[in-house]
Amino acid sequence: MLIRNLSKIALTAIALTLAGCSGGVLDPKGQVGVEEKWLIIICTLLMLIVVIPVIVMTLYFAWKYRASRDFEVYTPKWAHSVKIESAVWSIPVLIIIVLGIITWKSTHALDPYKPIEGRGEHMTVEVVSLNWKWLFIYPEQGIATVNELVFPADKPVKFKITSESTMNSFFIPQLGSQIYSMAGMETKLHLIADEPGTYDGFSSNYSGAGFTGMQFDAIATPTKDDFDAWVEKVKQQGGELDQAQYKALIEPTEYHPVTYFADVEDNLFNTIIMKYMKDHGEMSYYSKPNNAVEGHHEGAQKMSHHSGAHDSGAEE
Amino acid sequence: MSFLGKLTIEAVPYHEPIIMVALSVVALLGIALAVYLTKADKWGMLWNDWITSIDHKRLGIMYIILALIMLLRGFADAIMMRTQLAMATNGAEGYLPPEHYDQIFTAHGVIMIIFMAMPFMIGLMNIILPLQVGARDVAFPFLNNLSFWLTAGGAVLINISLGLGEFAKTGWVAYPPLSGLEYSPGVGVDYYIWALQISGLGTLLTAVNFLVTVFKMRAPGMKLMQMPIFTWTCTWANILIAASFPILTAVLAMLTLDRYMDFHFFTNEAGGNSMMYINLFWAWGHPEVYILVLPAFGIFSEIISTFTAKRLFGYKSMVYASGAIAILGFIVWLHHFFTMGSSANVNAFFGIMTMIIAVPTGVKLFNWIFTIYRGRLRITVPVLWTLGFIVTFTIGGMTGVLLAIPGADYVLHNSLFLIAHFHNTIIGGAVFGYLAGFAYWFPKAVGFKLDERWGKASFWCWQIGFLLAFMPLYVLGFLGMTRRLNHTDNPDWNIWLYIAAFGAVVIAFGILFQVIQLVVSFINREALDDTTGDPWNGHTLEWSTASPPQFYNFAKIPHVNDIDTWTDMKEKGEAYQRHEDYEPIHMPKNTPAGIQISASLTVFCFAMIWHIWWLAPIGLIGAIGFFIKRCYTSDVDYYVQPDEIKRIEHEHLKNAPKEVTA
Repeated sequence: MLIRNLSKIALTAIALTLAGCSGGVLDPKGQVGVEEKWLIIICTLLMLIVVIPVIVMTLYFAWKYRASRDFEVYTPKWAHSVKIESAVWSIPVLIIIVLGIITWKSTHALDPYKPIEGRGEHMTVEVVSLNWKWLFIYPEQGIATVNELVFPADKPVKFKITSESTMNSFFIPQLGSQIYSMAGMETKLHLIADEPGTYDGFSSNYSGAGFTGMQFDAIATPTKDDFDAWVEKVKQQGGELDQAQYKALIEPTEYHPVTYFADVEDNLFNTIIMKYMKDHGEMSYYSKPNNAVEGHHEGAQKMSHHSGAHDSGAEE
Repeated sequence: MSFLGKLTIEAVPYHEPIIMVALSVVALLGIALAVYLTKADKWGMLWNDWITSIDHKRLGIMYIILALIMLLRGFADAIMMRTQLAMATNGAEGYLPPEHYDQIFTAHGVIMIIFMAMPFMIGLMNIILPLQVGARDVAFPFLNNLSFWLTAGGAVLINISLGLGEFAKTGWVAYPPLSGLEYSPGVGVDYYIWALQISGLGTLLTAVNFLVTVFKMRAPGMKLMQMPIFTWTCTWANILIAASFPILTAVLAMLTLDRYMDFHFFTNEAGGNSMMYINLFWAWGHPEVYILVLPAFGIFSEIISTFTAKRLFGYKSMVYASGAIAILGFIVWLHHFFTMGSSANVNAFFGIMTMIIAVPTGVKLFNWIFTIYRGRLRITVPVLWTLGFIVTFTIGGMTGVLLAIPGADYVLHNSLFLIAHFHNTIIGGAVFGYLAGFAYWFPKAVGFKLDERWGKASFWCWQIGFLLAFMPLYVLGFLGMTRRLNHTDNPDWNIWLYIAAFGAVVIAFGILFQVIQLVVSFINREALDDTTGDPWNGHTLEWSTASPPQFYNFAKIPHVNDIDTWTDMKEKGEAYQRHEDYEPIHMPKNTPAGIQISASLTVFCFAMIWHIWWLAPIGLIGAIGFFIKRCYTSDVDYYVQPDEIKRIEHEHLKNAPKEVTA
């Protein structure tokens, strides 16, 4: 009875917390985030099957068998029971088996490198973390921005991520997963916004003095036309982004204002990665497309000029 | 490069009022202590009885004093951070700029783990483990003294960084490339490296020392599966230390080479790779948390079975569960970076390995519960800590399993949910355990019991303060707040940040009450005196000695027939035996070699930090010289004569019960 009441309270508490959340990971606005939210809730409930009895039994036994209640049964030498010990080993084992199966399946389903299925073509955005701002390059549109990320809702986005300097983590909580950005390497992340809106994005891996200000708005436009209009705006307002401008941009700044670039040097993203690959013995290895495919998924792989070759290897 | 390397007067942060006030207070306390020692003519006692002592019990007390001092320092950092985050909302800047704030959260992590939790754990192990296995000291008493002073040397370095230069601004994990020379050109990371290296060496030597003690010096009759459970959990922890600390040493050495000699292990360019550091760091870092928590599990087991006046339920399960935790603890490190881009197979493997640890941990929880079942539980301060632990740690364990699921970690990684989780396990698990052990073994180490009322007040402040300080962080994690932010601008977060700051204040009262408890207990020490050596009616051999124990621990080495040997002896009427003839006891002599070697090494580290190239070899050669001198010293031991033993034993047994039956 007590246990049932407590679990009711716990459920209510969870429900209240969920209802109270706006803007966090429990208020997801994209398919990936929604799946992760339910994963969290289901696994928490599963664990409460053990956690609540443990807490209740502890407090109940401590009360019932306290020294002043000397009329209770007292068995000072009783220290072993096959029945109880089998139960205390097997109950956690069973729950962990269930959780393990959920983990195996969900980890594959939610692999950040895996493209989102059944929602159409991905658009690509190349993300570079700089000290202390985000550079977003749109290779398909030929534009780039700083600290503003725009894409249409309902359109899966493939993020190719690297860093110019220290390690950061690219994270938009309401859309789902995050992934590290590391210099000389490319990581990947696939996200989608199911609803139009402006979502908080930031770095969730500390990267130095200006880290707190590494925030950006991730804007999911209601339609493709809105996105095209925004691209047009960037093209009109933005300046050029070539090596000279890029060099100026990587100087450390804090709370960098939103900046547009209309004319982005070809292959800038690859150039940024390859900068740290100069004279690197592995370069020739990774330049071979076949090996690059094999190398995929063994950690954030070293980048090559043939990045297109990785895509075929992404779905395994 | 000048005579003092990079060290100039500019290294003193005299423009930082907070630091200068803190330093003045420390200086005043230091002067007051020095004046007292001089007036009371106690310098000789301090040197002869403590600093040069190789007695495991005295070293244990010194470890715990070090831990408590560093607890105050680490907690001061904590409350400054919580105050900053409670003030710096809605876009306000707060009072700690990143320059200062980033050092504080780094120092807080390093101090609390390396210089508070570790010395506290090792201190308790020092005092109790040799007594529990019926040994007269550890296997290598001088090495034990050296280990302590190496740890203290690291603590000295980290405290010097407060007033001379800066500490690392990298977070306690010091990930490159941020911790590399390019992004951290100052001395902060060097302080971090050398403080961890020197204390890590001390820790490694301690583990070797206690492993040999346990395997070679158990009392006759004591089989491995009859060792007290605290000794068992410490042994697992020592195995983990011996296996994992060399990884830390190696990874720090590589970072040192990167910073000092332009190597490129972890740099962005020239083929370096920071992912290697991150892997190696956690290959040490994850076992490290089990090193902290396993001995705490042992403490809870001892306390529960003592205060229920009952055998520990499922002793064998407990030993095997601890072993399973220790071994599994080595193959889960990748769960600290599921977001680094490993494949789904790799992430899922490490996630599942991690959650398997919940099985032996769950078994332990149930075994404690079934030890209480049909017992006679006396609700004392150690028991309150234990019950508080079970409730708190269970929640921390649950959130830990949640974080072990890669799909959940993708959104919770590095968030305040993570911060809440590991404080939930480290405070609710390890620290509660040490404080429980502190209250439980205090009479054994010092000779009088602690005041119960202030102890209970302190417990409730800690417990409630903990919930207030850390439960809001779970919510903030769900709300999308990440760690190490200097200030925030999100109205939804404010209320939770305020509650967390208030919780920290409540914990501050918990600490204050503990200080009061110590003072009150000291004043009432006559009334709280532990005359029998067995104030709680304990089960294990440490309670068969006087409180504090005779310096040789056991006049006659006991013969062990049972896990709960002391209870067994009391029941058979073999306890408190008076003898007329004693054998001479072979004992080691005190030595200044430990502090000499450690002080020289600390000078070496300091010189390396500031690039004072002439001083570094002096320190290093000094350390080697003192070591060689010690090696060629033959006057290292003596015999305690039977008449002295007889006098001490009869003095102790005067107060002991004539005959004991349980």
